[in-house]
Formats: sequence, C-alpha cells, structure tokens
Amino acid sequence: MTSQPTRRELYERARRRRSAVIATVSTIVVVGALVILVPMTPGWDRVRQAFFDGDVFVESFPRLLRAFWLDVKILVWSTPLIVVVSLVLALARNTRSPALFPVRAFAIVYIDVLRGIPVILLVFLIGFGVPALRLSDSRAWANPLIWGTVTLVLSYSAYTAEIIRAGIDSVHESQRAAARSLGMTNRQTMATVILPQAFRRIGPPMMNTFVSLQKDVALVSLIGPVEILRQAGIDKAKYANFTPYVAASLIFLALTIPCTRLADYAMARQRQRTGATTIA
Amino acid sequence: MSEMTDRALPNSERRLKLQLRGVMKAFGTTAVLDGIDLDVAEGDVITLIGASGSGKSTLLRCINLLEPVDDGQVLLDGVDIAEPGLDPDPVRRRIGMVFQSFNLFPHMSVTDNVAIGPRKVLGVPKATARANGLEMLTRLGLADRADAYPDQLSGGQQQRVAIARSLTMNPDVMLLDEITSALDPELVGEVLDVVRGLKRDGMTMLIATHEMAFAREISDRVCFLHRGRILEEGTPTEIFGAPREPRTQEFLQRVIDAGRF
Ligand SMILES: Nc1ncnc2c1ncn2[C@@H]1O[C@H](COP(=O)(O)OP(=O)(O)OP(=O)(O)O)[C@@H](O)[C@H]1O
Ligand SMILES: [Mg+2]
Repeated sequence: MTSQPTRRELYERARRRRSAVIATVSTIVVVGALVILVPMTPGWDRVRQAFFDGDVFVESFPRLLRAFWLDVKILVWSTPLIVVVSLVLALARNTRSPALFPVRAFAIVYIDVLRGIPVILLVFLIGFGVPALRLSDSRAWANPLIWGTVTLVLSYSAYTAEIIRAGIDSVHESQRAAARSLGMTNRQTMATVILPQAFRRIGPPMMNTFVSLQKDVALVSLIGPVEILRQAGIDKAKYANFTPYVAASLIFLALTIPCTRLADYAMARQRQRTGATTIA
Repeated sequence: MSEMTDRALPNSERRLKLQLRGVMKAFGTTAVLDGIDLDVAEGDVITLIGASGSGKSTLLRCINLLEPVDDGQVLLDGVDIAEPGLDPDPVRRRIGMVFQSFNLFPHMSVTDNVAIGPRKVLGVPKATARANGLEMLTRLGLADRADAYPDQLSGGQQQRVAIARSLTMNPDVMLLDEITSALDPELVGEVLDVVRGLKRDGMTMLIATHEMAFAREISDRVCFLHRGRILEEGTPTEIFGAPREPRTQEFLQRVIDAGRF
C-alpha cells in the first residue's frame, strides 16, 4: 500500500492540485472584483451607512439573538407536530377502504385548501380570526404564539403530506408484495417496510421544507409576538437604520446553513451504510 | 422416514396439500387464468412451464392471495382460502413466496430481512428471531453475510437470502416464481442447489421456471400452461420425452431452438 503510487493515484493527485489552483484563483478574482467594484457604485456610501453600521450591529445583535430564541421555540414545537399531522394526512389520503372514504376526502380537501393559501394570509386569518371568535376567556386562547404555531402546522403539514405521499408511492409495489407474502398485515407492511424506505428517500425535499419553515416562522411576528423579525423592525425604527435586518439575516443563515449541511452529511452516510452506489 | 414411504404411495392416497378447482382470474376483460385444476400432494414438487404471458406468475400470486381469485376454489389442507371476504394474512404466513427480483428489504441487514417475518407476524422475540434467522442463513451458506445489506450482495446471494426469509416462516408450501431469471448464468447453480435441498427436506413446492433442464430434474410433475389453462400435465419423462399436445411440442421445440434446453 505504502509503496509506489499507482498511475491512477498520480493522475488524481495532479488533477486535485490543478482544481485547487483554479478554485483559488477564481475565488480571488471574483471576491476582489466585488470588493473593488461595489464601493465604486454611486450609492455605496449611503448603503453602507444604512445597512452595515457597525455600532448599530453590535448594539442590536444581542437583542435580536434573544428574540430569535422565540423563533427557535416555535420551530421546535411545530416540527414534530407537522411530521405527525402530515403522516396522518398522507396515510389518510392513501387509504383504499370504502369505509374510510370520508377520511380520504377530508385529507384531500385539507391538503388542497391549505396548500393553496399563502402562509402569510393564513397567519392573518387564523391569528386574528380564531381568537376573535371568543370561544373562551382564558388568556391562552388569545395567545398569538399558539395561533401562529397552529397556522404553521396547518400549512406546512399540507405540503409535507404530499412529500410523504410521493415517498410512499415511490416504494415499488414488489416490496409490498414481499411483505404481504410473509403474512404481514397492511399496517405492519406500512410501518416496517414502506415508511422506512419512503422517509429515507424524501430526505432532501423534507429538508427543503424544514429550511423554509425556519424562515416562515418569522411570519408569526405579523400577529404580535416579538420574535426576531419584529425585534429587527423595532430596532430599525429606533436607530433609523437597516443594519438590524442584516444582522437578523445572518442569524437565520447561522441556523439554516448548518441544518442543510448536516442533512446532506446524514444522507450521504445513509447511502454508504446501505451500500447503494452513487455515480460520481 | 415416513416421508419416503409417503412418496412411494400413489398420488391419490397421499395427503393433498393444495387443490385448485376451476381457478379463474381476469384482468379487465382478458382471462389470464381460465379454469385451473391442480392437485398438489404433500412433498410434491410441481413446475409450471409455458410461454411468457401464459399465466404462471398470476397463478402463483393467486395461490398466495396477492391477487384475488375471481372464481373457483383454492383449498389449502382442505380449506378454501380463495373464499371472498376471508382474511388473507393468516393464510399467507403459511405460504412462502420467492420472487424473480428477490424483493429483499433494502433498508434492513440480511439478518433483519430474515428475522422480520417471525418477529412481526409470529410475535417471536427479536433475539430468538435473529438467532433462528442466523441459523437459517448458515444452512444456506450465508452466515458471513449476515450483517451486510442487500445491495452489497451478489444476485445469487440475494436470492438465497430471499429463500431464507421465506423459510424462517416455516411455510407449508413454497411458491418460486422464476427465481433464477434475473441471475447471471454462473450464479444460477447456487440458487438451484438450495431448491434441491428443499426438495430433499420434503418441502412442497410450486415452481414457475424457464429452466427446462432443472424442471426435468427436480419435478414430480410438470404442468404446461397455455393461455391460462393447464394444457398438459405429467411426469418430466412424459412432458419432456413424449409431449402429447401439439402446443407443448411447439413450445419445447422453440425452447430447444433458442438453445435454452
Ligand atoms: N396486474 C396486471 N394487470 C393487467 N394484466 C396483467 C397483470 N398481471 C399480469 N397481467 C397479464 O396477465 C398475463 C399473464 O401474466 P403472467 O405474469 O402471469 O405470465 P407469466 O406466465 O408469468 O409470464 P412470464 O414468463 O413472462 O413471467 C399477461 O398477459 C400479462 O400481461
Ligand atoms: Mg412470470
């Protein structure tokens, strides 16, 4: 192993070196051009003052981070709820038994309607509409946090249900036949054979949806709670400066980018473990 | 021992495991099974031969209730399992099926593939099911691949795992649907060896196959299917040596001309 490198190894090594050089040079050129050219634009000084004010950044950042904690909490409550509700919806949509026709019909209508309404509209409708019904006097009933979370769950479970359904449909019929021929019931087949495979396949679209949920949590601010987007608005007004929005964006990126990378890594590992080969 | 004496008895006096009575199946308006009658005694090995589309797979799928039978009876130990409305799950666990495309569960290790049936269906504790599974894998020469995943195995190994998966359910009857058709020629032998072993153990089997040499070697009886009917049935010597029906002669001639027999 440690002796002479093979012909292929030599070739790969040379190729890697060449790629690294090209990547470095092209990055320096692009970044250099941006650094030199952008400040030459006529409006740059005004933009820098309005969006990249160091003092404002330092002052508002801790407040934004604290407000972001609320976004994280909403996210942590809604995600498992979305998964459960959407799984139920996906299974309901796929039932074939005539006795369950109403269930299937409900799932279809639910998915069509809630997927068709923009999340922002749904936030307004439910966030202001349901508490206005005054069905209860308890404070919880008027809590915009709860209704914001409910809205996200309603909307996102409709999207996610369709993803799960597509995942279920993508598992070949022969897998079902193999499981049933062992004597497994429909339910056992679903739980031990179909769903585990479906969930492995829908990793990427699920992750997309999750990242988009992370961002849409900010819409809850429209009905009251002081989460990061609202806090950024408050700070913007206070300093008459847009830097808090830039800071908020960076905080979002600090969550979404690692999430995406982590998912990529997990899926690559999964593929490796089950031995499925990928073509480079 | 008793098995040996059983085998010596004429067909009519051995215990009938499976009886098909006028089995009908149509997809849309085309009749795919058009009145199938067949008696399978305990320990019988019966092969189904016939052209592509003659209904071999459909017949096996109907016996395993993967396809509902339209008309006629399928008697397993004298009980009609094709009765509409009957719960198919308890029946299926008594009938093993092996498919052309293996259909192993790709997200489970080989051992889990083999243990999952007894665990879920028979309620065998996980550790016991895995131990039994490993024993079965060892019998089929797969012990060293127990922790692998299906994608990491050769076709022949995958098909042997699929057979092991069925066998751990301890079925009364095994249905083998062209189990070597998806294999490279050099891998066919190892799978057929397993089937020979099953016959030695007295397993009742229905085998759909295009491997005529194997059918001649292993069958107690051969059925020639044509357009959803059993056109001719007999011992391998009768069917391969002196087929009576022109259709059977034609079919076998075509197989020989194609160099596959
Ligand atoms: N699910 C189905 N829907 C409609 N037609 C079907 C279905 N399954 C099978 N058929 C038709 O039934 C006929 C018999 O098919 P079957 O698979 O039983 O044949 P076979 O003898 O197993 O053929 P092969 O040797 O190619 O496996 C074929 O004409 C096929 O097209
Ligand atoms: Mg077939």
